Amino acid sequence: MKKIVILGGGTAGTMMANKLRKALDRDTWDITIVDRHRTHYYQPGFLFIPFGIYSEHDVRKPKSSFFPVGVNVMYTGVDKIDAANKVVHLDEGKVLHYDYLIIATGTQTKPDETPGLKDKLWYKDIFDFYTIEGALALQRHFKTWQGGKLVMAITELPYKCPVAPLEFVFLAEEFFTKKGMRDKVDITIITPMPGVFTKPIATKMLAELLVEKNINVVSDFYIEHIDNDKKILVSYDEKEVPFDTLTIVPVNMGDEMVERSGLGDDLNFVYTDKHTLQQRDYKEIFVLGDAANIPTSKAGSVAHFAAEILFENLMSAIEDRPLLARFDGHANCYIETGYGKGALIDFNYETEPLPGTFPLPGIGPFGLLKNTKINHYGKIMFRWIYWHMLLRGKELPVEADMTMAGKKRVTF
Amino acid sequence: MAQVEIANKMVDVTEEGYLTDPSQWNEDIARAIAEEIGISLTDKHMEVVMFLREKQAQGEALTIRKVGKSGIVDIKGLYKLFPGGPLKFSSKIAGIPKPVSCV
Repeated sequence: MKKIVILGGGTAGTMMANKLRKALDRDTWDITIVDRHRTHYYQPGFLFIPFGIYSEHDVRKPKSSFFPVGVNVMYTGVDKIDAANKVVHLDEGKVLHYDYLIIATGTQTKPDETPGLKDKLWYKDIFDFYTIEGALALQRHFKTWQGGKLVMAITELPYKCPVAPLEFVFLAEEFFTKKGMRDKVDITIITPMPGVFTKPIATKMLAELLVEKNINVVSDFYIEHIDNDKKILVSYDEKEVPFDTLTIVPVNMGDEMVERSGLGDDLNFVYTDKHTLQQRDYKEIFVLGDAANIPTSKAGSVAHFAAEILFENLMSAIEDRPLLARFDGHANCYIETGYGKGALIDFNYETEPLPGTFPLPGIGPFGLLKNTKINHYGKIMFRWIYWHMLLRGKELPVEADMTMAGKKRVTF
Repeated sequence: MAQVEIANKMVDVTEEGYLTDPSQWNEDIARAIAEEIGISLTDKHMEVVMFLREKQAQGEALTIRKVGKSGIVDIKGLYKLFPGGPLKFSSKIAGIPKPVSCV
Protein backbone atom coordinates (compact mmCIF):
# COMPACT_ATOMS: atom_id res chain seq x y z
CA MET A 1 0.00 0.00 0.00
CA LYS A 2 1.33 3.44 -0.93
CA LYS A 3 0.66 6.33 1.41
CA ILE A 4 -0.26 9.99 1.03
CA VAL A 5 -0.38 12.09 4.19
CA ILE A 6 -2.07 15.51 4.26
CA LEU A 7 -1.20 17.74 7.21
CA GLY A 8 -4.01 20.20 7.88
CA GLY A 9 -7.74 19.76 7.27
CA GLY A 10 -8.62 23.36 6.48
CA THR A 11 -9.65 24.72 3.10
CA ALA A 12 -6.54 23.53 1.27
CA GLY A 13 -6.15 20.10 2.90
CA THR A 14 -9.85 19.25 2.59
CA MET A 15 -9.91 20.13 -1.11
CA MET A 16 -6.88 17.93 -1.75
CA ALA A 17 -8.31 15.00 0.21
CA ASN A 18 -11.44 15.14 -1.95
CA LYS A 19 -9.60 15.45 -5.24
CA LEU A 20 -7.11 12.70 -4.44
CA ARG A 21 -9.59 10.18 -3.06
CA LYS A 22 -11.63 10.50 -6.26
CA ALA A 23 -8.60 10.04 -8.48
CA LEU A 24 -6.62 7.33 -6.72
CA ASP A 25 -7.46 3.64 -6.44
CA ARG A 26 -8.38 2.73 -2.87
CA ASP A 27 -6.64 -0.65 -3.07
CA THR A 28 -3.32 0.98 -3.94
CA TRP A 29 -3.36 4.35 -2.19
CA ASP A 30 -3.94 5.00 1.46
CA ILE A 31 -4.78 8.64 2.26
CA THR A 32 -4.54 10.12 5.77
CA ILE A 33 -5.46 13.64 6.83
CA VAL A 34 -4.24 15.05 10.15
CA ASP A 35 -5.67 18.06 11.99
CA ARG A 36 -5.82 18.93 15.65
CA HIS A 37 -9.18 20.74 15.40
CA ARG A 38 -12.59 19.23 14.69
CA THR A 39 -14.42 22.40 13.63
CA HIS A 40 -14.17 23.94 10.17
CA TYR A 41 -14.70 27.70 10.19
CA TYR A 42 -15.72 29.60 7.06
CA GLN A 43 -13.12 32.28 7.69
CA PRO A 44 -14.29 34.84 5.10
CA GLY A 45 -17.41 35.06 7.26
CA PHE A 46 -15.48 36.30 10.33
CA LEU A 47 -15.46 39.78 8.74
CA PHE A 48 -19.25 40.04 9.06
CA ILE A 49 -19.50 38.94 12.71
CA PRO A 50 -18.43 42.20 14.42
CA PHE A 51 -21.29 43.99 12.63
CA GLY A 52 -23.89 41.37 13.56
CA ILE A 53 -24.40 40.31 9.92
CA TYR A 54 -23.29 36.72 10.61
CA SER A 55 -23.41 34.77 13.86
CA GLU A 56 -21.08 31.96 14.88
CA HIS A 57 -23.69 29.49 13.68
CA ASP A 58 -23.29 30.80 10.10
CA VAL A 59 -19.58 30.08 9.88
CA ARG A 60 -18.98 26.70 11.57
CA LYS A 61 -19.48 23.11 10.59
CA PRO A 62 -17.76 19.87 11.65
CA LYS A 63 -14.66 19.11 9.58
CA SER A 64 -15.76 15.51 9.32
CA SER A 65 -18.68 16.53 7.05
CA PHE A 66 -16.24 17.48 4.32
CA PHE A 67 -13.73 14.63 4.42
CA PRO A 68 -14.52 11.97 1.80
CA VAL A 69 -15.26 8.36 2.62
CA GLY A 70 -12.13 6.25 2.40
CA VAL A 71 -9.74 8.78 3.94
CA ASN A 72 -8.24 8.13 7.38
CA VAL A 73 -8.76 11.10 9.66
CA MET A 74 -6.56 11.70 12.71
CA TYR A 75 -7.42 14.51 15.12
CA THR A 76 -4.03 15.17 16.63
CA GLY A 77 -1.18 17.67 16.54
CA VAL A 78 2.01 17.25 14.52
CA ASP A 79 5.31 17.25 16.34
CA LYS A 80 7.56 17.34 13.28
CA ILE A 81 8.32 16.07 9.82
CA ASP A 82 11.44 13.99 9.36
CA ALA A 83 11.72 14.72 5.65
CA ALA A 84 14.93 12.77 5.11
CA ASN A 85 13.20 9.57 6.30
CA LYS A 86 9.73 10.40 4.95
CA VAL A 87 8.12 10.16 8.35
CA VAL A 88 5.72 12.43 10.26
CA HIS A 89 5.91 12.37 14.06
CA LEU A 90 2.54 13.11 15.62
CA ASP A 91 1.79 14.09 19.19
CA GLU A 92 1.85 11.25 21.74
CA GLY A 93 4.58 9.44 19.83
CA LYS A 94 2.54 8.21 16.89
CA VAL A 95 4.34 7.92 13.56
CA LEU A 96 3.12 8.12 9.95
CA HIS A 97 5.22 7.00 6.98
CA TYR A 98 4.50 8.56 3.62
CA ASP A 99 5.34 8.28 -0.05
CA TYR A 100 3.98 11.78 -0.65
CA LEU A 101 3.29 14.48 1.89
CA ILE A 102 1.10 17.56 1.46
CA ILE A 103 1.67 20.37 3.95
CA ALA A 104 -1.49 22.47 4.33
CA THR A 105 -1.09 23.73 7.87
CA GLY A 106 -1.97 27.32 7.03
CA THR A 107 -1.09 30.49 8.86
CA GLN A 108 -1.93 31.62 12.37
CA THR A 109 -2.17 34.96 14.12
CA LYS A 110 0.56 35.60 16.71
CA PRO A 111 -0.46 38.55 18.90
CA ASP A 112 2.44 37.76 21.26
CA GLU A 113 4.88 38.92 18.57
CA THR A 114 3.87 42.57 19.10
CA PRO A 115 4.71 44.00 22.54
CA GLY A 116 1.66 45.39 24.31
CA LEU A 117 -0.86 43.70 22.05
CA LYS A 118 -1.96 40.82 24.24
CA ASP A 119 -2.02 42.97 27.35
CA LYS A 120 -4.68 44.45 29.63
CA LEU A 121 -6.72 45.94 26.78
CA TRP A 122 -6.87 42.66 24.79
CA TYR A 123 -10.52 41.88 24.04
CA LYS A 124 -11.52 45.00 26.03
CA ASP A 125 -10.50 47.75 23.61
CA ILE A 126 -8.17 45.77 21.32
CA PHE A 127 -9.52 43.01 19.05
CA ASP A 128 -8.66 40.86 16.08
CA PHE A 129 -11.30 39.52 13.71
CA TYR A 130 -9.17 36.66 12.37
CA THR A 131 -10.32 34.29 15.11
CA ILE A 132 -13.87 33.39 16.08
CA GLU A 133 -13.16 34.54 19.64
CA GLY A 134 -11.92 37.95 18.49
CA ALA A 135 -14.77 38.48 16.04
CA LEU A 136 -17.38 37.65 18.70
CA ALA A 137 -15.70 39.82 21.34
CA LEU A 138 -15.72 42.75 18.90
CA GLN A 139 -19.40 42.17 18.13
CA ARG A 140 -20.18 42.51 21.85
CA HIS A 141 -17.96 45.59 22.13
CA PHE A 142 -19.63 47.41 19.22
CA LYS A 143 -23.10 46.89 20.70
CA THR A 144 -22.45 49.41 23.45
CA TRP A 145 -19.54 51.44 22.09
CA GLN A 146 -20.13 55.18 22.34
CA GLY A 147 -17.74 56.16 19.56
CA GLY A 148 -14.29 57.70 19.39
CA LYS A 149 -11.19 56.77 17.42
CA LEU A 150 -11.55 53.42 15.65
CA VAL A 151 -8.19 52.26 14.31
CA MET A 152 -7.69 49.25 12.02
CA ALA A 153 -3.99 48.33 11.99
CA ILE A 154 -1.87 45.82 10.10
CA THR A 155 1.26 44.74 11.98
CA GLU A 156 3.26 42.73 9.45
CA LEU A 157 3.33 41.24 5.97
CA PRO A 158 2.29 38.80 4.71
CA TYR A 159 -1.10 38.32 6.32
CA LYS A 160 -4.17 36.32 5.47
CA CYS A 161 -6.70 37.88 3.10
CA PRO A 162 -4.96 41.18 2.27
CA VAL A 163 -8.20 43.02 1.48
CA ALA A 164 -9.99 42.13 4.75
CA PRO A 165 -8.82 45.21 6.72
CA LEU A 166 -10.15 47.44 3.93
CA GLU A 167 -13.45 45.59 3.94
CA PHE A 168 -13.55 46.00 7.70
CA VAL A 169 -13.30 49.80 7.56
CA PHE A 170 -15.84 50.00 4.73
CA LEU A 171 -18.33 47.89 6.70
CA ALA A 172 -17.61 49.84 9.91
CA GLU A 173 -18.35 53.08 8.06
CA GLU A 174 -21.75 51.75 6.99
CA PHE A 175 -22.44 50.21 10.42
CA PHE A 176 -21.88 53.44 12.37
CA THR A 177 -23.67 55.55 9.76
CA LYS A 178 -26.76 53.34 10.06
CA LYS A 179 -26.51 53.53 13.85
CA GLY A 180 -26.69 57.30 13.49
CA MET A 181 -23.31 57.87 15.14
CA ARG A 182 -20.88 58.21 12.22
CA ASP A 183 -20.11 61.77 13.38
CA LYS A 184 -18.82 60.32 16.66
CA VAL A 185 -16.54 57.73 15.02
CA ASP A 186 -13.20 58.66 13.49
CA ILE A 187 -12.00 55.74 11.32
CA THR A 188 -8.32 55.23 10.45
CA ILE A 189 -6.53 52.37 8.69
CA ILE A 190 -2.82 51.87 9.39
CA THR A 191 -0.52 49.85 7.15
CA PRO A 192 3.23 49.15 6.96
CA MET A 193 2.87 49.31 3.17
CA PRO A 194 3.34 52.53 1.19
CA GLY A 195 -0.38 52.45 0.23
CA VAL A 196 -3.60 50.63 1.10
CA PHE A 197 -2.84 48.01 -1.53
CA THR A 198 0.48 47.26 -3.15
CA LYS A 199 -0.54 47.20 -6.79
CA PRO A 200 -0.92 50.74 -8.20
CA ILE A 201 -4.18 50.52 -10.18
CA ALA A 202 -6.15 48.82 -7.39
CA THR A 203 -4.60 51.17 -4.82
CA LYS A 204 -5.86 54.17 -6.79
CA MET A 205 -9.41 52.80 -6.98
CA LEU A 206 -9.47 51.83 -3.28
CA ALA A 207 -7.83 55.06 -2.09
CA GLU A 208 -10.51 57.09 -3.86
CA LEU A 209 -13.20 55.05 -2.16
CA LEU A 210 -11.58 55.66 1.25
CA VAL A 211 -11.52 59.42 0.66
CA GLU A 212 -15.17 59.33 -0.43
CA LYS A 213 -16.09 57.59 2.81
CA ASN A 214 -13.99 59.89 4.97
CA ILE A 215 -11.67 57.12 6.21
CA ASN A 216 -8.11 58.17 7.12
CA VAL A 217 -5.08 56.25 5.88
CA VAL A 218 -1.71 56.14 7.68
CA SER A 219 0.83 54.34 5.47
CA ASP A 220 4.47 53.31 6.04
CA PHE A 221 3.65 52.78 9.72
CA TYR A 222 5.48 49.75 11.12
CA ILE A 223 4.23 49.02 14.62
CA GLU A 224 6.85 48.52 17.32
CA HIS A 225 4.59 48.37 20.35
CA ILE A 226 1.23 49.35 21.78
CA ASP A 227 1.10 51.53 24.86
CA ASN A 228 -1.94 50.30 26.85
CA ASP A 229 -1.91 53.18 29.34
CA LYS A 230 -1.77 56.00 26.80
CA LYS A 231 -3.78 53.98 24.23
CA ILE A 232 -1.39 54.72 21.40
CA LEU A 233 0.33 52.74 18.66
CA VAL A 234 4.05 53.48 18.42
CA SER A 235 6.08 52.81 15.26
CA TYR A 236 9.77 51.91 14.98
CA ASP A 237 10.53 55.44 13.81
CA GLU A 238 8.69 56.79 16.88
CA LYS A 239 5.51 58.02 15.26
CA GLU A 240 2.34 57.70 17.35
CA VAL A 241 -1.33 57.10 16.55
CA PRO A 242 -3.95 57.26 19.33
CA PHE A 243 -6.96 54.90 19.48
CA ASP A 244 -10.08 54.26 21.54
CA THR A 245 -10.90 50.95 19.87
CA LEU A 246 -8.15 49.10 18.03
CA THR A 247 -8.80 46.29 15.55
CA ILE A 248 -5.61 44.58 14.55
CA VAL A 249 -4.17 42.05 12.15
CA PRO A 250 -1.55 40.39 14.37
CA VAL A 251 1.69 39.04 12.91
CA ASN A 252 0.92 35.97 10.79
CA MET A 253 3.15 32.92 11.05
CA GLY A 254 3.05 29.36 9.77
CA ASP A 255 2.67 26.39 12.11
CA GLU A 256 5.45 25.92 14.66
CA MET A 257 5.78 22.36 13.37
CA VAL A 258 7.42 23.89 10.26
CA GLU A 259 10.15 25.40 12.41
CA ARG A 260 10.67 22.13 14.33
CA SER A 261 10.97 20.34 10.99
CA GLY A 262 13.45 22.89 9.58
CA LEU A 263 11.47 23.31 6.37
CA GLY A 264 10.58 27.02 6.37
CA ASP A 265 11.63 30.64 6.68
CA ASP A 266 11.75 32.91 9.72
CA LEU A 267 7.95 33.27 9.71
CA ASN A 268 7.56 29.46 9.51
CA PHE A 269 6.24 29.49 5.96
CA VAL A 270 7.48 26.45 4.05
CA TYR A 271 10.09 27.03 1.33
CA THR A 272 8.09 26.21 -1.78
CA ASP A 273 8.74 26.31 -5.54
CA LYS A 274 6.27 28.97 -6.61
CA HIS A 275 5.48 27.20 -9.90
CA THR A 276 5.55 23.45 -9.14
CA LEU A 277 4.39 23.81 -5.48
CA GLN A 278 7.00 21.27 -4.39
CA GLN A 279 8.93 21.87 -1.21
CA ARG A 280 12.29 23.39 -2.17
CA ASP A 281 14.47 20.53 -0.91
CA TYR A 282 12.25 17.44 -0.90
CA LYS A 283 10.52 16.42 -4.10
CA GLU A 284 7.97 14.15 -2.40
CA ILE A 285 6.65 17.03 -0.29
CA PHE A 286 4.11 19.46 -1.77
CA VAL A 287 2.79 22.60 -0.10
CA LEU A 288 -0.69 24.07 -0.54
CA GLY A 289 -2.36 27.25 0.65
CA ASP A 290 -1.24 29.73 3.30
CA ALA A 291 1.52 27.41 4.61
CA ALA A 292 3.66 28.07 1.51
CA ASN A 293 6.09 30.98 1.23
CA ILE A 294 5.07 31.70 -2.39
CA PRO A 295 4.73 35.41 -3.22
CA THR A 296 0.98 35.66 -3.64
CA SER A 297 -2.02 36.31 -1.38
CA LYS A 298 -2.74 34.08 1.58
CA ALA A 299 -6.35 33.36 0.68
CA GLY A 300 -8.75 30.54 -0.04
CA SER A 301 -9.02 31.48 -3.71
CA VAL A 302 -5.28 31.02 -4.12
CA ALA A 303 -5.44 27.63 -2.39
CA HIS A 304 -8.27 26.67 -4.72
CA PHE A 305 -6.40 27.59 -7.92
CA ALA A 306 -3.15 26.11 -6.61
CA ALA A 307 -4.94 22.87 -5.68
CA GLU A 308 -5.59 22.12 -9.36
CA ILE A 309 -1.92 22.64 -10.21
CA LEU A 310 -0.73 20.62 -7.22
CA PHE A 311 -3.12 17.80 -8.14
CA GLU A 312 -1.78 17.62 -11.69
CA ASN A 313 1.82 17.69 -10.53
CA LEU A 314 1.27 15.07 -7.84
CA MET A 315 -0.37 12.79 -10.41
CA SER A 316 2.62 13.33 -12.70
CA ALA A 317 5.03 12.55 -9.87
CA ILE A 318 3.13 9.35 -9.01
CA GLU A 319 3.28 8.24 -12.65
CA ASP A 320 6.92 9.25 -12.98
CA ARG A 321 6.21 11.96 -15.53
CA PRO A 322 7.82 15.41 -15.45
CA LEU A 323 5.93 18.05 -13.45
CA LEU A 324 4.56 20.31 -16.16
CA ALA A 325 1.77 22.23 -14.44
CA ARG A 326 2.94 25.64 -13.30
CA PHE A 327 1.12 27.80 -10.77
CA ASP A 328 0.86 31.44 -11.86
CA GLY A 329 -0.05 32.90 -8.44
CA HIS A 330 -3.68 33.42 -9.46
CA ALA A 331 -5.80 35.16 -6.79
CA ASN A 332 -9.37 36.38 -6.97
CA CYS A 333 -10.87 38.48 -4.18
CA TYR A 334 -14.24 40.02 -3.56
CA ILE A 335 -13.95 43.27 -1.62
CA GLU A 336 -16.99 44.31 0.40
CA THR A 337 -17.25 48.08 0.21
CA GLY A 338 -20.42 48.64 2.27
CA TYR A 339 -24.04 49.48 1.44
CA GLY A 340 -24.61 46.23 -0.42
CA LYS A 341 -21.84 46.83 -2.92
CA GLY A 342 -18.55 45.15 -3.64
CA ALA A 343 -15.49 45.26 -5.87
CA LEU A 344 -13.65 42.32 -7.39
CA ILE A 345 -9.98 41.87 -8.20
CA ASP A 346 -8.30 39.10 -10.20
CA PHE A 347 -4.52 38.92 -10.50
CA ASN A 348 -1.38 36.75 -10.41
CA TYR A 349 2.40 36.84 -9.85
CA GLU A 350 2.94 38.99 -12.94
CA THR A 351 -0.27 40.90 -13.62
CA GLU A 352 -1.75 43.40 -11.22
CA PRO A 353 -5.53 43.74 -10.77
CA LEU A 354 -7.01 45.38 -13.87
CA PRO A 355 -10.50 46.64 -14.74
CA GLY A 356 -12.80 44.50 -16.89
CA THR A 357 -15.39 41.75 -16.49
CA PHE A 358 -15.22 38.31 -14.85
CA PRO A 359 -15.39 35.37 -15.42
CA LEU A 360 -16.83 35.81 -18.94
CA PRO A 361 -14.99 38.40 -21.07
CA GLY A 362 -17.29 41.33 -21.90
CA ILE A 363 -20.22 39.78 -20.05
CA GLY A 364 -19.26 39.26 -16.45
CA PRO A 365 -21.55 39.23 -14.56
CA PHE A 366 -18.94 40.57 -12.18
CA GLY A 367 -17.14 43.86 -12.79
CA LEU A 368 -13.41 43.93 -12.05
CA LEU A 369 -12.24 46.95 -10.05
CA LYS A 370 -15.78 48.32 -10.12
CA ASN A 371 -17.98 48.98 -7.14
CA THR A 372 -21.26 47.19 -7.90
CA LYS A 373 -24.16 45.41 -6.21
CA ILE A 374 -23.65 42.20 -8.20
CA ASN A 375 -20.10 41.87 -6.84
CA HIS A 376 -21.54 42.00 -3.33
CA TYR A 377 -24.00 39.21 -4.19
CA GLY A 378 -21.06 37.22 -5.52
CA LYS A 379 -19.46 37.41 -2.08
CA ILE A 380 -22.68 36.45 -0.29
CA MET A 381 -23.29 33.51 -2.66
CA PHE A 382 -19.75 32.36 -2.23
CA ARG A 383 -20.44 30.97 1.25
CA TRP A 384 -22.80 28.40 -0.30
CA ILE A 385 -20.28 27.59 -3.03
CA TYR A 386 -17.58 27.18 -0.40
CA TRP A 387 -19.46 24.64 1.73
CA HIS A 388 -21.10 22.74 -1.11
CA MET A 389 -18.63 22.80 -3.97
CA LEU A 390 -15.19 24.17 -3.21
CA LEU A 391 -14.31 22.11 -0.13
CA ARG A 392 -15.66 18.98 -1.78
CA GLY A 393 -13.25 19.43 -4.67
CA LYS A 394 -15.95 19.99 -7.30
CA GLU A 395 -15.22 21.89 -10.49
CA LEU A 396 -16.00 25.61 -10.39
CA PRO A 397 -16.50 27.58 -13.63
CA VAL A 398 -13.23 29.46 -13.12
CA GLU A 399 -9.84 28.52 -14.61
CA ALA A 400 -6.80 27.89 -12.41
CA ASP A 401 -4.62 30.05 -14.66
CA MET A 402 -5.44 33.72 -14.72
CA THR A 403 -6.65 34.95 -18.11
CA MET A 404 -6.21 38.37 -19.71
CA ALA A 405 -9.53 37.94 -21.60
CA GLY A 406 -12.04 40.47 -20.30
CA LYS A 407 -9.32 42.62 -18.72
CA LYS A 408 -8.24 46.05 -19.90
CA ARG A 409 -4.65 47.22 -19.82
CA VAL A 410 -4.74 50.70 -18.37
CA THR A 411 -2.24 53.37 -17.60
CA PHE A 412 -2.71 56.51 -15.61
CA MET B 1 12.83 51.19 -17.70
CA ALA B 2 15.71 53.46 -18.61
CA GLN B 3 19.49 53.50 -18.74
CA VAL B 4 21.28 55.97 -16.54
CA GLU B 5 24.87 56.57 -15.61
CA ILE B 6 25.66 56.08 -11.95
CA ALA B 7 29.24 56.31 -10.68
CA ASN B 8 30.55 56.26 -14.26
CA LYS B 9 28.68 53.10 -15.19
CA MET B 10 25.61 52.66 -17.37
CA VAL B 11 22.93 50.70 -15.52
CA ASP B 12 19.29 49.79 -16.16
CA VAL B 13 16.85 51.28 -13.69
CA THR B 14 13.10 51.47 -13.12
CA GLU B 15 11.19 54.74 -13.14
CA GLU B 16 11.80 54.95 -9.40
CA GLY B 17 15.52 54.41 -9.78
CA TYR B 18 15.84 50.78 -8.65
CA LEU B 19 18.39 48.70 -10.57
CA THR B 20 16.72 46.02 -12.66
CA ASP B 21 19.78 43.78 -12.82
CA PRO B 22 21.57 43.25 -9.49
CA SER B 23 24.69 42.05 -11.33
CA GLN B 24 25.31 45.57 -12.66
CA TRP B 25 25.81 46.75 -9.08
CA ASN B 26 29.06 47.68 -7.37
CA GLU B 27 29.99 49.52 -4.19
CA ASP B 28 30.59 52.82 -6.01
CA ILE B 29 27.06 52.67 -7.37
CA ALA B 30 25.80 51.97 -3.84
CA ARG B 31 27.61 55.01 -2.53
CA ALA B 32 26.26 57.23 -5.31
CA ILE B 33 22.64 56.12 -4.80
CA ALA B 34 23.01 56.54 -1.04
CA GLU B 35 24.37 60.04 -1.46
CA GLU B 36 21.41 60.97 -3.61
CA ILE B 37 19.08 59.78 -0.83
CA GLY B 38 21.16 61.67 1.72
CA ILE B 39 22.83 58.73 3.43
CA SER B 40 26.56 58.40 3.86
CA LEU B 41 27.39 54.69 3.85
CA THR B 42 29.15 53.12 6.84
CA ASP B 43 30.31 49.51 7.29
CA LYS B 44 27.04 48.80 9.11
CA HIS B 45 25.06 50.04 6.10
CA MET B 46 27.13 47.80 3.84
CA GLU B 47 26.52 44.77 6.04
CA VAL B 48 22.78 45.30 5.66
CA VAL B 49 23.15 45.86 1.92
CA MET B 50 25.15 42.66 1.45
CA PHE B 51 22.64 40.70 3.54
CA LEU B 52 19.79 41.94 1.35
CA ARG B 53 21.66 41.08 -1.84
CA GLU B 54 22.38 37.58 -0.58
CA LYS B 55 18.75 36.92 0.45
CA GLN B 56 17.40 38.42 -2.75
CA ALA B 57 19.68 36.17 -4.81
CA GLN B 58 18.27 33.18 -2.92
CA GLY B 59 14.77 34.21 -3.96
CA GLU B 60 13.57 35.07 -0.47
CA ALA B 61 10.95 37.71 0.18
CA LEU B 62 12.60 40.58 2.04
CA THR B 63 10.99 42.13 5.07
CA ILE B 64 12.08 44.57 7.76
CA ARG B 65 11.52 41.78 10.28
CA LYS B 66 13.95 39.53 8.41
CA VAL B 67 16.69 42.15 8.59
CA GLY B 68 15.85 42.67 12.28
CA LYS B 69 16.47 38.97 12.90
CA SER B 70 19.70 38.87 10.87
CA GLY B 71 21.90 39.75 13.85
CA ILE B 72 23.36 42.71 11.95
CA VAL B 73 21.07 45.37 13.35
CA ASP B 74 17.72 45.47 15.16
CA ILE B 75 14.67 47.06 13.55
CA LYS B 76 15.05 50.35 15.41
CA GLY B 77 18.65 50.49 14.33
CA LEU B 78 17.64 49.79 10.73
CA TYR B 79 15.30 52.79 10.80
CA LYS B 80 18.17 54.91 12.11
CA LEU B 81 20.48 53.71 9.32
CA PHE B 82 17.93 54.36 6.57
CA PRO B 83 15.57 57.04 7.90
CA GLY B 84 12.19 57.23 6.22
CA GLY B 85 12.53 54.03 4.21
CA PRO B 86 14.40 51.23 5.98
CA LEU B 87 13.67 48.59 3.37
CA LYS B 88 13.02 50.77 0.31
CA PHE B 89 16.21 52.80 0.63
CA SER B 90 18.39 49.85 1.62
CA SER B 91 17.07 47.84 -1.35
CA LYS B 92 17.67 50.73 -3.72
CA ILE B 93 21.24 51.08 -2.46
CA ALA B 94 21.70 47.30 -2.69
CA GLY B 95 20.81 47.37 -6.37
CA ILE B 96 17.92 44.94 -5.99
CA PRO B 97 14.28 45.37 -6.99
CA LYS B 98 11.92 47.46 -4.88
CA PRO B 99 10.56 45.19 -2.17
CA VAL B 100 7.00 44.17 -2.93
CA SER B 101 4.53 42.98 -0.39
CA CYS B 102 2.87 39.70 -1.15
CA VAL B 103 -0.75 40.44 -1.83
